[in-house]
Amino acid sequence: MTAPQIEIQLIAAIVAAACALPGAFLVLRRMALISDAISHAMLLGIVVGFFLTEDLNSPLLILGATLTGLLTALLVELLNRTGLVREDAAIGLVFPALFSIGVILISRYAGSVHLDTDVVLLGELAFAPFDRVVVTGWDIGPKGLYAGGVILLINAALIALFYKELKLATFDPGLAAALGFSPAAIHYGLMGVTSLTAVGAFDSVGAILTVALFIAPAAAAYLLTDDLARMLFLSVGLGVAAALSGYWLAFLLDASIAGSMATMAGVIFGLAWCFAPERGLLAGQRRRVRQRWEFAQRMLAIHLLNHERQPGAEPELQVEHLWQELRWDREFATRVVSLAEGRGLVTRQNGRLELTDRGRLLAQESLLA
Amino acid sequence: MALALPDLALDYTLRTVALGAMLLGLSSGVVGTYAVLRRESLLGDAMSHAALPGIALAFLLTRSKETAVLLAGAVAAGWLGSLLVNAITRTTRVKLDSALGLILSVFFGFGLVLLTFIQKQPDASQAGLDRFLFGQAASLLRRDVMVMGIGTVAVLLAVLLLWKEFKLLVFDPDFARVLGLRVRLLEVILTSMIVLAIVVGLQTVGVVLMSAMVVAPAAAARQWTDRLGLMVLLSALFGVVAGMTGALVSSLTPRLPTGPTIVLVVSGLVLVSLLFAPNRGLVWNWARERARRGQVRAEGMLRQLAALAEHHGSLEHGHPSAVLRASGWSADQVVQVLHDLESAGYVRQVSADRWAITATGMARVRPATEGDDLSDGAGHPAASRPEGTGEGQS
Repeated sequence: MTAPQIEIQLIAAIVAAACALPGAFLVLRRMALISDAISHAMLLGIVVGFFLTEDLNSPLLILGATLTGLLTALLVELLNRTGLVREDAAIGLVFPALFSIGVILISRYAGSVHLDTDVVLLGELAFAPFDRVVVTGWDIGPKGLYAGGVILLINAALIALFYKELKLATFDPGLAAALGFSPAAIHYGLMGVTSLTAVGAFDSVGAILTVALFIAPAAAAYLLTDDLARMLFLSVGLGVAAALSGYWLAFLLDASIAGSMATMAGVIFGLAWCFAPERGLLAGQRRRVRQRWEFAQRMLAIHLLNHERQPGAEPELQVEHLWQELRWDREFATRVVSLAEGRGLVTRQNGRLELTDRGRLLAQESLLA
Repeated sequence: MALALPDLALDYTLRTVALGAMLLGLSSGVVGTYAVLRRESLLGDAMSHAALPGIALAFLLTRSKETAVLLAGAVAAGWLGSLLVNAITRTTRVKLDSALGLILSVFFGFGLVLLTFIQKQPDASQAGLDRFLFGQAASLLRRDVMVMGIGTVAVLLAVLLLWKEFKLLVFDPDFARVLGLRVRLLEVILTSMIVLAIVVGLQTVGVVLMSAMVVAPAAAARQWTDRLGLMVLLSALFGVVAGMTGALVSSLTPRLPTGPTIVLVVSGLVLVSLLFAPNRGLVWNWARERARRGQVRAEGMLRQLAALAEHHGSLEHGHPSAVLRASGWSADQVVQVLHDLESAGYVRQVSADRWAITATGMARVRPATEGDDLSDGAGHPAASRPEGTGEGQS
């Protein structure tokens, strides 16, 4: 790996980690689409800020863009509060308008400024290593690394500082409000952090794909754990994994790095969706299969219990008879019997089944339940 | 308009653009009504972004730039996207908003990977797929408009044929289920219609902003009416107006991308509707609120005068307007209200700045009080405070 390659991967990983932290709360608080709105609308703030400062890394521009993000959240809230449109429609109305103004400004003045739609939309991570920070003649690394690092630190510090408050407000907003944590402060605090992070990330991954880094790792982590702290760490880990694997996918295909990172974030979510230990599709499928066999064994035990002491019930106890009586096919019946035998629920002598004490207990329990 | 019309009739490009934009507004306006009413406004957002990889894949597989082929890919991908959103919310605890954001951004990202991959291919240096990002009305060909027309007709036919069913689905899905309607199937048809409408507009507006065309005309139309039929018509009208205006302006102005222009026009329509629509509009509400507040104020003043009159035991005694100043009303407001009450015959001016309630005014304030001391007593404590201060001043 060359030095620029390492630097690109470092920046990508740091940006992904910075996004994953607020992302977890966005997913939990059902505000994922507000982050979509913010990262689109921020474009306007960035463009206007860029016209004023002519420097993509100016703190003023970052402040302006962050404020635009907050403004978006505020507008959505205001529009929602008029009662004239619902929240989903409010989001869908606000950000396209702001985004459109941004795009039009860029295209109208594309000739005179070094800012084009592609960069803003898609980011250009590949160029990040060329933008260096030079302190008294010493090159101390690419700017993107510092910008991302500062934002990651801010996010981590804020979450560590307000962990309890965030946790409470996320899982029991009513109690949090009753205890005196202002819901508005927490909402707009999170929106501010999201905006700041999106501003920091747009440079490397572009306005639209920040959404992928906010949501996909957090949603995947949400499927893997029930513990908030663990979910935060997992989100960060999965985000970094998406960033690194995305970089190499882009390298292989010679394609957009940001796009590849989003794609890999999606792949990671897909893997979590399929293979999550408890909540995955596969785990669910296996649980259903296990339940089917378990249910069949209970049915067998109950059947035997019913006929155990009845006179003339001898045929009912034959293995051969089961497939008629319980409408099981022969193969299934044989399988169930051998499973039950293995668990010590029944014993078999000359094709005649008899409940063990354990089996009897299970049947009685099942009937009681 | 008189100037623009002959141009429109003559210029092939402009005519094509106008027709395409009209179809776009028509189909997304109609479909948007249902999406907005079902609180699924942002489904369109997810599906339009999701269409991008479909376009790129269709090109990669067929090497054709034929609009019909590319849009078929868009339909397939949009459909797959909506299917995945549905599957995620159904089989996991991830909520709709996260599922939409996830599909939207991941599909879009994958689309970008494919687009950049295509750009690097030697034989496809100018695949022209970029126009699907922000739309390019000027690139519309008559063939494209034919494809859009077919999509629009399909959408309109579905709405006409399933009018009652969709109406029920929107307003009372549970009742629809009880009636034995196949709600799942209807939902699938509705989703397909949204996908179709989005695909119709992709070339003109682009994947990034197409969702606005689904939400905005319907949200604007909603402000003007409470009737579904009217809302569909209005929404279609707004869509058509915004589409045509935006597309024509942008194709006549250099370096003005079509999608954002159309979106700004339609956002303007929404803003006007939110402010000025009768009954629901904010300005209307504000005026009504103001009128109501004035009425409450006049009523309060009349009550004060009545209490004063009762206290003095005569209707002849005039009171200065300063006595009546309470709860932060300015002197001007008090005098204004007094004049209003005077012209209504409830109050008369005894002398300069001396006001007294008339018999009509008394009858209005105390309709059932004749000989009824109880209600008089009940009304008294509340009214006694301004009266007391009035006593000291007069």
